[in-house]
Formats: sequence, structure tokens, C-alpha cells
Amino acid sequence: MKADTLRAVLEAREAKRECALVTDLESGAEMMVAQGKAEGALEIGDGLKAEVDAALAKGESRLVEDDGRRVFIKVLVPRHRLAIIGAGHISQYLTTIAGVAGFDVTVIDPRTLYASPQRFPGATINHDWPDEALDAFGLDRGSAVVALSHDPKLDEPALATALRSDAFYVGALGSRKTQALRRERMKGEGFTDADLDRIHGPVGLDIGALSPAEIAVSIVAEMIDVLRPEKKGYGKKQSA
Amino acid sequence: MNDIVPGSDDDVLSTAAKWKDEGREVALATVVTTWGSSPRPVGSQLAVDGDGNFSGSVSAGCVESAVVEAAAEVIANGAPKLLEFGIGDDQAWEVGLSCGGNIEIYVEKIE
Repeated sequence: MKADTLRAVLEAREAKRECALVTDLESGAEMMVAQGKAEGALEIGDGLKAEVDAALAKGESRLVEDDGRRVFIKVLVPRHRLAIIGAGHISQYLTTIAGVAGFDVTVIDPRTLYASPQRFPGATINHDWPDEALDAFGLDRGSAVVALSHDPKLDEPALATALRSDAFYVGALGSRKTQALRRERMKGEGFTDADLDRIHGPVGLDIGALSPAEIAVSIVAEMIDVLRPEKKGYGKKQSA
Repeated sequence: MNDIVPGSDDDVLSTAAKWKDEGREVALATVVTTWGSSPRPVGSQLAVDGDGNFSGSVSAGCVESAVVEAAAEVIANGAPKLLEFGIGDDQAWEVGLSCGGNIEIYVEKIE
């Protein structure tokens, strides 16, 4: 691979754009394809172009045959994004653990004392009110929202914005009683039971988590749990 | 914590570019096919430099050493190479996948 092609791939990653790296395994020639940009020497005919588009749509790398050649299509999709509402102790661990798991994390809390660079080194921090901050964040089907402030003034506007979006995961901290009270309030705002069923709360997989770090692990596990349902059960003994 | 995690997919490519910019020889290995159960999915990558330092993974650690050896050859002569590993092949005793899967790995030099 040419170093210039590699740099073009990294630029697309930096710009959070999906891209495909297409390599002819016989000749070694390659081409980087991203929206509105291409870099490399490999000629891509209509048949291969359709294969590349299909791989990008699926978000999965694959080997294809093209005119008797073996061509590998490496798909690079932007990382999943996580918006955390509230900059408390659990949020600090969630920022770290979700970051290690590959999520691009933004911490949202108007309280500058909590959401400080000292407490969240390296994280993207937004001090706007949560609903405004989420509008700017731009929730899509690759996004998750976790409300951890434990303050309805902060959590509920964020949850309302999340429920109106395609976010793949919406979670909220709080006991069953807190969840039930919130449900009643949000129903009063016009949300249906089906809408509110999207909220994972009490947040996180039920693994007996106790410490802030353990709760963060359970939340990351639950986000992954809903991310790829089609992969679940693979290689596992099925329980009756 | 939006820094790139060591060994992550992002890190493999940026490490390869960084090594190249430092004037090191670099090869990139990519899993292009898998059959049966394999520990890392198609598209997983490993960057190797001329001294055998590596970042990333193409298996659960079973075949990385063999890939690093092949990378040295690819770096030396510049020609890409397609490697195949499986429990059933001749190398199984020495280098193989204990999970019982088969994988093909494409190794190329960064020019």
C-alpha cells in the first residue's frame, strides 16, 4: 500500500467519515474510497463499485471476486458515540471504560465544577443544557445516551431528546421507584409506553455491580448487548 | 478518554503511518477470510516494523509471531504475500489456531 493511501484513510477517520480501502490481492494495487474523495491507483469498474457500496452499507469488510481477481474491501466506519449526562463519579469511570471499548465520548453537564477537564482528562466536555447539547451532538443510529445526573432537571430533557432520535441505546440511572415516577411525568409530556420502554433503567446489565467502576462496566456491557443482536449466542452454549 | 486506545483498529493504522513517517520500514497484515470459529473478524489488522515490533492483532495471539516473520520477508522484497493458517495444515503443530478455524492473512509493505 502506498503511504499516501494510508494517510487518506487516516484523514477520513479524523473527519469521522466512513471509508473503504479496496485492495487487489494479486497486484497489490489499492484505492481509498470515501464520500467525495478517492486516493490510489486501483481501477474500480461498475461491478466492483457496487460491491464496495454494498460493503459500506452493511458496515462490514469482505473479500470479493471481480473479473477473476480476489479483491479485499476493508470498511472503516466511524466509532459509536456516547453522550453522558451528568459528570459524577460513575460518569468518570464510564468515560474511561467506554473510551477503551471504542466509544467516542462526550460529557454533558452545565455544572462546570463537575464537568471539568481535571475530572475528565481528554474527554469532549459540553456545558450547555442537556437538550441543547444533544441537539448540537446530533444523535443518530450510531449514538447512545446515558443519563447519570440523578437530577430530573438535567436527565429528563436529555431523555426526551434521546427518545425523539434514532439513538441505539438510551439508559437512565435510578431505582425502580425513580424510573416509575419519571415514566409518569414523561407520559404527561406525551410520550407513550412504547417510547418509554426504550429507556434502559435501572441502567446497566444486572451483574450485581456496586462500585461506580462496576456500574460503568455494566452500562458498557448493556450498550454492547443491544448493539449487535444478530451476533448473540455465537459460540455459546444455549440455555434452555 | 477519546485518545486512541493502544492496539485498537484506529491505533494500528495510525501507528503504521507514524512508523513510516519516522523512516521505519512497515508492513501491514489484514485478515481477509475466516472459516469456522476465528478469534478476530475479517478486516482485523496488525502493523509490523522492520525490527519486528507489532501493534494490533489478527488472532488471539496464536499466529502473530508467524505473521511478524512473514512481514520481514515482505519488507525485504516488497512483494505482498497471502498467508493461510488453520488447524488442519502442515504447520498446525508449530503455528495454528487452537480454536479450529481457518484464516487467510494478506501481508503488504507500506511504500
